[in-house]
Amino acid sequence: MSEFLQQLLNGLSLGAIYALIALGYTMVYGVLRFINFAHSDVFMVGAFIGYYLGKLVPEGTLWGGMLVLSGAMIGCALLGMFIERVVYRPLRHGPTLNVLITAIGVSLLLEYTGQIVFGAAPRTFPQIFPTANYHVGSLTISSNQLFVIGVAILLMIALQLIVFKTKIGTAMRAVSLNPKAAQLVGVNNNVVISFTFGLGSALAAAGGILYAMNYPSIDPLMGVMPGLKAFVAAILGGIGNIPGAALGGLLLGTVETFIGGSQFSTYKDAIAFAILIVILLFKPAGLLGKFTIEKV
Amino acid sequence: MLTVTDLHVSYGSISALRGISFSIPAGAIVTLIGGNGAGKTTTLRTISGLLRAKTGKVEFLGEDITALPAHQIVARGLSHVPEGRMVFSNLTVDENLSMGAYLLSDKALIAKNREYVFSVFPRMKERLKQTAGTLSGGEQQMLAIGRALMGNPKFLMLDEPSLGIAPRLISTIFEKIVEINQSHGITILLVEQNANLALEVSQQAYVLETGSIVMAGESKKLRADPQLKATYLGG
Ligand SMILES: Nc1ncnc2c1ncn2[C@@H]1O[C@H](COP(=O)(O)OP(=O)(O)O)[C@@H](O)[C@H]1O
Ligand SMILES: [Mg+2]
Repeated sequence: MSEFLQQLLNGLSLGAIYALIALGYTMVYGVLRFINFAHSDVFMVGAFIGYYLGKLVPEGTLWGGMLVLSGAMIGCALLGMFIERVVYRPLRHGPTLNVLITAIGVSLLLEYTGQIVFGAAPRTFPQIFPTANYHVGSLTISSNQLFVIGVAILLMIALQLIVFKTKIGTAMRAVSLNPKAAQLVGVNNNVVISFTFGLGSALAAAGGILYAMNYPSIDPLMGVMPGLKAFVAAILGGIGNIPGAALGGLLLGTVETFIGGSQFSTYKDAIAFAILIVILLFKPAGLLGKFTIEKV
Repeated sequence: MLTVTDLHVSYGSISALRGISFSIPAGAIVTLIGGNGAGKTTTLRTISGLLRAKTGKVEFLGEDITALPAHQIVARGLSHVPEGRMVFSNLTVDENLSMGAYLLSDKALIAKNREYVFSVFPRMKERLKQTAGTLSGGEQQMLAIGRALMGNPKFLMLDEPSLGIAPRLISTIFEKIVEINQSHGITILLVEQNANLALEVSQQAYVLETGSIVMAGESKKLRADPQLKATYLGG
């Protein structure tokens, strides 16, 4: 029983990180109908910003950790908006395939620039937040894990409030439903798209920091696997659907952790994709997605 | 109020508008009629900034708006209710109306506009929490017009409001269009394939055929025109 709870906790904290990354994929897909493959590398940059900022503040303090977290989120929001403005926007009215290929290009550019700037060798991520282990019965709960889940939940609630209760959030949903109609009521779609990239990238940065806190070795290719998993999570939940991305992330992280702890651990990554395929066979639009008939 | 001069628009190599000119005086209801594919929707989309003209000029209240992006054109009081309604299907009626007031920040004015929309379309008030996609065609058309009214337009362009709507509701919607024009002094450009109805409610009309204006004049006179009768008014 305690083994089960332990794994569940591990799984949820990994899943929360996938969810944070998946939200960025799904939001950008919502407004632009394309997959931003560079998103996983924004996650990596977030971890590196955290690494360098972490050297400037004393380790193991709450305020220092929060400062590092916010700094990385702001830095990545700017990076995401910059990539959209400079690379994707000029291609927006071309074929989607061109943008997709370009996104892969941006991804590789970030990874290899990362290797030049940061070096290819893994680095140990500093303990930016205070740490402690709590023992509940035979269960060991690390403060990091609680932190990951707590921060992820807070960020997802904040996102939900932004998307469903604010003017810009409503505009985001409007643009994703019908960009032309949004323009006709006065929405500047460029502003909304830029905002979406900023928001998604900030969440990826938070994901990067939380990931680095729990798996404390970072390198320029660290985004590849979590990025792929988060992408799967976004599809699993129904691409374009925000609660779907969160659900997909939590589900995938939990399943992966349980399989990792079983005799099939070698196959844990393969199983993630097998789940995707099976679910998509039965629910082609994903768990919470629905095919809407788009009227042109 | 609106002046269009020698407008040419094409989709790739296909030319859709071949130099059309017309003007619309403040306070009027003017209709643009023509068969399927004549270029009516293209005309409205070019005026509202969704499409770019190849050459030609669109002036609104004396200002050249030809090159402005759509969101800046609507900010000047020129609102376009598009063909097929284009309501935000997953948003509630309430949220759709709020989106219509996207450019307004004066809360009192927004509330006033909302009341006005409810007075014109009481049904919208009943449906407030329903998602727009679940409304009937006629209700969606009411919502699309209501959404445009939320932004305080001076000039309203309606693209085939009768399309895909139960016949019973068509006359209601046309009555409302006249009401909006008369009670609120909003100038209206009405695009229709249903020429009978459009000529009935409008003062002036233009007839579009394969991208050119082939006839223009007072709606009353056009209704009596034998040639037009034969082509557009069903004998
Ligand atoms: N997106 C498009 N791409 C290519 N051709 C188009 C497009 N939209 C309209 N057309 C063409 O332009 C012409 C005018 O179309 P449209 O303005 O929609 O006419 P109407 O609204 O009067 O039915 C038609 O010949 C139509 O086939
Ligand atoms: Mg049309």
